[in-house]
Amino acid sequence: MTTQRDTTEVRDEPGGAEAPSGFDEIHILWISEGMSCDGDTVSLTAADQPSLEDVVLGLIPGLPKVHLVNKVLSPSLGGEDFLAPYRAAARGELTPFLLVIEGSVPNQNVIKGDGYWTSFGNDPETGEPQPLNWWIDQLAPKAWAVVAAGTCAAYGGIHAMAGNPTGCMGLADYLGWDYRSQGGLPVVNVPGCPIQPENFMETLIWVLQHAAGAAPPPPLDHMLRPQWLFGKTVHEGCDRGAYYEQGDFGLDYNSPKCLVKTGCWGPVVNCNVPKRGWMAGIGGCPNVGGICIGCTMPGFPDTFMPFMDEPPGGTLSSLVIKPYGAVIRRLRGLTNDMVNHEPRWRHNKRKLTSGYDPHWRA
Amino acid sequence: MTTTESRPTARKPAQLVDMSWDPITRIIGNLGIYTKIDFANREVVECHSTSSLFRGYSVFMKGKDPRDAGFITSRICGICGDNHTTCSNYAQQMAYGVKPPKLAEHITNLGEAAEYMFDHTLFQDNLVFVDFCEAMVKATNPGVLARAERTAAPRGDVHGYRTVADIMKAFNPFEGEVYKEALKISRVTREMFCLMEGRHVHPSTMYPGGVGTMPQPNTFTDYLSRLMRVIDFVKKAVAMNDDVFDFFYEALPGYEEVGRRRVLLGCWGAWQNPDVVDYRYATMNEWGRAMYVTPGIVVDGELVTNNLIDINLGLRIMLGSSYYEDWVNEQPFVTHDPLGNPVDMRHPWNQTTVPVPQKRDFDGKYSWVMSPRWYHPETGQHLALDTGGGPLARLWSTALSALVDTPYVKATGDSVRISLPKGEKLPETTLEWRIPKWSNTIERDRARPYFVAYAAAMALQFLEEAMGMLHSGDTKVFENFEVPDESIGCGFHEAVRGVLSHHLVIRDKKIANYHPYPPTPWNASPRDIYGTPGPYEDAVQGQPIFEENGPDDFKGVDIMRTVRSFDPCLPCGVHMYMGKGRTLSTVHSPTYGANHG
Ligand code: SF4
Ligand code: SF4
Repeated sequence: MTTQRDTTEVRDEPGGAEAPSGFDEIHILWISEGMSCDGDTVSLTAADQPSLEDVVLGLIPGLPKVHLVNKVLSPSLGGEDFLAPYRAAARGELTPFLLVIEGSVPNQNVIKGDGYWTSFGNDPETGEPQPLNWWIDQLAPKAWAVVAAGTCAAYGGIHAMAGNPTGCMGLADYLGWDYRSQGGLPVVNVPGCPIQPENFMETLIWVLQHAAGAAPPPPLDHMLRPQWLFGKTVHEGCDRGAYYEQGDFGLDYNSPKCLVKTGCWGPVVNCNVPKRGWMAGIGGCPNVGGICIGCTMPGFPDTFMPFMDEPPGGTLSSLVIKPYGAVIRRLRGLTNDMVNHEPRWRHNKRKLTSGYDPHWRA
Repeated sequence: MTTTESRPTARKPAQLVDMSWDPITRIIGNLGIYTKIDFANREVVECHSTSSLFRGYSVFMKGKDPRDAGFITSRICGICGDNHTTCSNYAQQMAYGVKPPKLAEHITNLGEAAEYMFDHTLFQDNLVFVDFCEAMVKATNPGVLARAERTAAPRGDVHGYRTVADIMKAFNPFEGEVYKEALKISRVTREMFCLMEGRHVHPSTMYPGGVGTMPQPNTFTDYLSRLMRVIDFVKKAVAMNDDVFDFFYEALPGYEEVGRRRVLLGCWGAWQNPDVVDYRYATMNEWGRAMYVTPGIVVDGELVTNNLIDINLGLRIMLGSSYYEDWVNEQPFVTHDPLGNPVDMRHPWNQTTVPVPQKRDFDGKYSWVMSPRWYHPETGQHLALDTGGGPLARLWSTALSALVDTPYVKATGDSVRISLPKGEKLPETTLEWRIPKWSNTIERDRARPYFVAYAAAMALQFLEEAMGMLHSGDTKVFENFEVPDESIGCGFHEAVRGVLSHHLVIRDKKIANYHPYPPTPWNASPRDIYGTPGPYEDAVQGQPIFEENGPDDFKGVDIMRTVRSFDPCLPCGVHMYMGKGRTLSTVHSPTYGANHG
């Protein structure tokens, strides 16, 4: 199977309000205050092709000079000192900038009265915490491009799972799927829980090359993922694939064979990790003995739970694997379609529909 | 109770200024620190720490398949996710009654050793040490920097830097030699991690019952060859850190008071001994004491207990200043532990999390973090234990218990001896960490590189044992199990920055209750119901200020050093407070390295 028919191109005609005539300098304003573990920032520091310090120190030719503002790596002491560029951007005094959001966006509308789910600095007027949502509202319309780092920011992720109290959602759910940045781009989603380091770096480089006027906009699929990274399934890059084709399945995790019977969702998940490894070609998931739990997917995690059981549909496709062919591809295509959707409770309306009940007991 | 005694000095009339740092940088997660500083007497008078992020794992885990717990709870933390997975698997193994094959324990131990090496290196050299780098010291204590330029580095033969200032320069962010090398080392150690656990941060090969990692000769030799490449860096890091920290005591007399607290340390133990551990609650004391980092609670320098059952039963989750409703009127999930001991309503097994978002009020409720405490049966007090940022408590507890005795690491009663083999340039080296006089900012930071050495040394032992098993053909890494209808479990482990526990209750084969307690809620907790401040608050409150800048260009470096010495990481639940008075000034100079916010 290929996921070709899912990769409808949504590359817009280049040129929104600001055509990419080529910038010499750009700020990257990275906000990790979404509901998340900050694992995407940490993962980014693992990238080595190129490394973050190479980009920041200007060692990669063809990119604009990058001013990275990221809380974890910032040499500043914090507070207003650190917030200054964000405040300037919110006032419209810092252009152009690339906004990176890490973490899922909570629904402030479900809070009755005061309070916040997550904040970033304080409101200078009231001294109360400034909710993340306020920053996104201010910065997204002014950003030259917006990048969602990780599955939480892209599609809601873990914090948006069933039974959550915060009504979390991905950035495109929050801004609207038809959102376009100042540079004419939709939200650029780099899913992964966390981002595979090089996957993120490559996307960032492409967006920066585009900002420099040296490249067209990055080709994205219908879920706004870079096509070259997410256009194939896990299975298609898995080195246990030959076992699958031979109908030779591991029955527990001691086995070097195909893991589909012990929970691997690889046949229908869009991700390049087993092929690429986790860093410098080392590690990964099914290739080293981990079941694919679909962590890059819009339906993650709910669609894939319980993780340690054979995926529904897996039974059928692994049974008929010997006369495999068009049937399998069709069946998988249907499942791939199903897992490429977000649950319906990820929205920005006033009602909390995730099923959360504070006093629920098993 | 926990507050450090104030220093007797001739006091001038107070000149109070409210200052806050929110968000705090170079940490993971959302932390704000709010202080009142008396500039006349140069000390911090009041401190509140707050976290502005709610995440709700204990809420949305309910009703899920318990086997999913490790995969989901990994996502609590973006830097030590594997510590959560491991701890969750420990708890599940107790609940399911399954003991993983020995080789799986070695592989898990090797993964965790790589994690400690990676995370402590990245944190110390790329995040914490920026506060001690040349650019920062120049901006805050130019007099000290001038002295550092004149001070020869005593351990220059090991690390190669001539003066203390040369070391500080090497730590300048993005440009300094050590800063850059540390980033590289943090990649090599992460590769070692990926060899064992598949992916960093959120591992892919860890299951309750064992691991899925394919044990092949290259699994271990790939790890070993990388370990040998980092071993000299580890020796140099200890020497460089010792030089800078010793210099600080000498250059700034009284610096030992910065971030000093009463010794109130907790450690839950790390690295199971595969020959002893069986994950049964009844034998938890024995296998807990056989761990390669000994669990323990250390109060005023004395070991109170190293029995994991006592440690478990003493856990209390308090409210007071947190945005939650109390659960004290709910039905308890677990009234007695498997040995028949009563379990308190405030114990994690019985907790119900009910979030109530509201305004921040430093006289009332001001944080999303709750207040974990340990009930000390002898005094009846609820101790606000801290983790010493992880390594300080681990080394202290291990040293006092004197139980660890391996070819590479030995605990002596008042020290821990760590032997590292010959590396590319440096000879075989034995390092000795001795119990320090204080639990303060510098000793928390100093313990960190020693613990990296500890982890490297233990990794050598785990490798030898794992390769021995492989050579004898014993390659089983996973043991099957059934999820029981009803069960409870608890897991104790050390996340990089300190104590980590997971408590699990299963009913009808589903999660009825799940409460992870990572280190940062312990360290970053706000005032509890008794008004006892959390460890950050306590450590900062009353600390002297050595920074040369006045209120107008004050950077708060001593305060930030203290907070960062604990290795804050708040995705698991912290922000500096402006008191309730008027904000006179919020002063933070923009940048130290060009172009960084
Ligand atoms: S292990 Fe998973 S990804 Fe690999 S072949 Fe089997 S099902 Fe496909
Ligand atoms: S293979 Fe599956 S679990 Fe692994 S990174 Fe890709 S989507 Fe996530």
